[in-house]
Amino acid sequence: MLLIKNARVIDPASGTDTKRDIWIDGSRISRIAPAETPAASSPSTNGETLDATGLVVAPGFIDLHCHLREPGGESSETIETGTRAAARGGFTAVCPMPNMRPVNDNASVTRSILERAAAVAVTHVWPIGAASTGSRGESLAEIGAMQKAGIVAVSDDGHPIATAKLLRQVMDYCRALDLPVVDHCEDSSLFAGAVMREGVQSVRLGLRGMPAATESIAVGRDVQMTELTGCRFHVAHLSARGSLDLVRAAKKRGLQVSCEVTPHHFTLTDEDVVYDTRFKMNPPLASAEDRAALIEGLADGTVDAIATDHAPHEAASKDVEFDRAPFGVTGFETALALALELVHSGRLSLMRMVELFTTGPARVLGKKRAVAPGEAADLTIFSTDHPWIFHVNQSASKSTNSPFEGRKFRGAPMVTIVDGRIVYRREA
Amino acid sequence: MAERLRDLLSIEELTAGQIAFLLDEAKPFQEFQRHPLKKLATLRGKTVALAFFESSTRTRISFATAASRLGADTMNLQAESSSLKKGESLLDTARTLDAMKPDCIVMRHSSSGSADFVARHLDIPVVNAGDGTHEHPTQALLDALTIRDRRGTMENLNVTIIGDILHIRVARSNLHLLSHFGCRFTLCGPAMWLPREFECFGKQVRRSTRIEEALDGADIVMVLRVQQERLHEPALPLNEYILLYQLTPERLKIARPDALVLHPGPMIRGLEIDPTVADGPQSCVLEQVTNGLAVRMALLFVLIATGSEADEARGSAHAAH
Amino acid sequence: MRVVEKTQLMSATEIDRTLQRLAHEIVEKSGGVANLALIGIRRRGVPLAQRIARAMHGIEHAEIPVGTLDITLYRDDLSKIAAQPVLHSSEISFPVDDKDVLLVDDVLYTGRTARAAMNGLFDLGRPSRVRMAVLIDRGHRELPIEATFVGRSVQTSDREIVEVRLNETDGEERVMLVERVE
Repeated sequence: MLLIKNARVIDPASGTDTKRDIWIDGSRISRIAPAETPAASSPSTNGETLDATGLVVAPGFIDLHCHLREPGGESSETIETGTRAAARGGFTAVCPMPNMRPVNDNASVTRSILERAAAVAVTHVWPIGAASTGSRGESLAEIGAMQKAGIVAVSDDGHPIATAKLLRQVMDYCRALDLPVVDHCEDSSLFAGAVMREGVQSVRLGLRGMPAATESIAVGRDVQMTELTGCRFHVAHLSARGSLDLVRAAKKRGLQVSCEVTPHHFTLTDEDVVYDTRFKMNPPLASAEDRAALIEGLADGTVDAIATDHAPHEAASKDVEFDRAPFGVTGFETALALALELVHSGRLSLMRMVELFTTGPARVLGKKRAVAPGEAADLTIFSTDHPWIFHVNQSASKSTNSPFEGRKFRGAPMVTIVDGRIVYRREA
Repeated sequence: MAERLRDLLSIEELTAGQIAFLLDEAKPFQEFQRHPLKKLATLRGKTVALAFFESSTRTRISFATAASRLGADTMNLQAESSSLKKGESLLDTARTLDAMKPDCIVMRHSSSGSADFVARHLDIPVVNAGDGTHEHPTQALLDALTIRDRRGTMENLNVTIIGDILHIRVARSNLHLLSHFGCRFTLCGPAMWLPREFECFGKQVRRSTRIEEALDGADIVMVLRVQQERLHEPALPLNEYILLYQLTPERLKIARPDALVLHPGPMIRGLEIDPTVADGPQSCVLEQVTNGLAVRMALLFVLIATGSEADEARGSAHAAH
Repeated sequence: MRVVEKTQLMSATEIDRTLQRLAHEIVEKSGGVANLALIGIRRRGVPLAQRIARAMHGIEHAEIPVGTLDITLYRDDLSKIAAQPVLHSSEISFPVDDKDVLLVDDVLYTGRTARAAMNGLFDLGRPSRVRMAVLIDRGHRELPIEATFVGRSVQTSDREIVEVRLNETDGEERVMLVERVE
């Protein structure tokens, strides 16, 4: 039994922003009532009372895109450390991509992930299964069996879905199963050997760059295939204005296309890249115009979700020459604070921001997220002004590859509740 | 007084004052190359590690000779015999060399930013002898010295660079260096090697894909070599390059009559440069090589010779006689 | 490091008289100046060498060649030089082989500068003879070096410094004894 008192509840499902008290019984929300004054006592006998004065309570955040590395890459992260880091970021559910070792391309890997999660994860784990066997782009993976085992979407993330022909097969198949297809949109021939976005900075640093078209050419292909097959399609980590324009046009035509943007893409640009592998990820940091377009897309609804693409790498593997470092940065614990920077600067409303973490991603997965009686008690409680500084050595993640080390933030996740249990509470 | 130099990683991070200082320091070493006995004891007992992960004959020999003429010893790591082939990382190799206590590391590596990366991990001075497609600082210094000697100045000149500007690191270093001195640049070559972003490099940089237009009014013509193969790129047919971009005597006439021709070497006569131009009176290639030795001796002297307890207030006026 | 002036050792007129006397001595003790060349050690040895050569020209009516030698590269103690030493070229336009060389410097102290100068000189060729002329010899030799021609000998302590100031290099003309204070 848990009582959350005097919370500012922002619930995108009902479009409401109200002061409420919330009762949680077991793993469900049992009752919601207008907030009483702090002096009044509550009727609950056993259980904790959480004073949420000055804090926002939202439905539990969902991260549509992350890498938990287990099985196979446990030196950089495990399901346990990853979900703990996610909880510290306010996330109540995470969707790990299938590029583990072995690749999650069949039901037994899916089941082993879910069993492990049941034992050690502090958030929900909703795995994404591979589209092709081994994500090698040659033949269809056992998608139906994986769906029965519990995947929520398919992707060959790490790679684009290799050919238009394979994409069509995957989409036809997934439409019948009502599974969304998530693509890491990239034209391999334009990408070849690149380590950052092509531009003044790449030329200055002498690093090989890829043009924005590397992504948008693939988005264009995938949108047309969506039209052909009628399958739900989601663009992973969208980073370029050109890609956004294609998604916007597709939505206007009524196609079931959605997209996500990562916090590092709406915060940094290619001008921030230096010879420091904490700034190396794929898709790479884009231009200032792209960033401005992404923020506009976040505000106007073209972008459906903020997803972290949390990609941990052990320190030694990143401590090499820029060319040789693996792509990826962590992101669970800084996502909300970075999104709040957009709210503080007036570019995003708080309601819209909450949508991007909750109902937006839920809709992509065909799920619901709401703060209402009877709903699952997955809640994210955060402050919009708590001042703090992010330090990688205080993070729950095993890895430290974040470009935001030392960044001062205003606003942070304070309490994370999953299935009615508090899985994270910020130290004073 | 120019700010104390601790490494030489790029020209981009040097001030005009530091560049002028290095070129002035090179002058006595130019004169030194004419001595009958070319051996100093200035860096006696000091060791220069030459870590060339990318094979290079000319630059490596130039640095080795510079070190040796200053009296220093060298440690030699060469790509062919490198343990990198056995999978040892750059960082491990650098640390292994460092554990043998050299006084300086001169390195060449195929990754842009590799010298910066090594310098962040080691305390001793690091000299970038070429990192990926990023910079080749000593080449730009010796080019500037050559220009200054032959022309009397390196200021406000029209400089045309012909070739693969995108991938040849010398181009960036030259751009950064001569931009400090008011030079105007025309970058010339096939469109895919001339990204528009170069125009953001200095106040006076323009591009041209036509060599005749690019050479008009040039005081300095820098010819870059053509790398015959490159990863991830469809190759340009060499005959196309020769037809459109070879520096021939006729094309050279379009430039100013006293224009200088520079080439970082090695030249392929008949490819990017006509043999008569390569060996003609306007060509400075041999002086470039001699000046390379002088610049590298000056650089090693400045980085290694000065002691840690050196007190700037104690100038030579008070030094022991 | 701060220094405090103690005494003036030589005035402008005394410097001039001393150099004239040295010029005469050198002419007397050289057995002919036909093969003689002066090499001034940077910095203050250079104007001194030039003045001595001019004085000798007045006496012998012969042009004595003067060269300059920068000894920074030949020093045995690198840590004593400035953090970013400015190098100058040596300028010796005459061949050194078989020359009768006279090194000229302002102050002879430990002898290390003279040793470095000889190293530099021998890199250029093989002189028939090398001698040295200095304005001030302040003792405290650390090497077996002697100056054949000495303007004045002065007793000094380790804390003291002999500062020769010349118009060409310092804008004034005198020799001062100064002391280091911590």
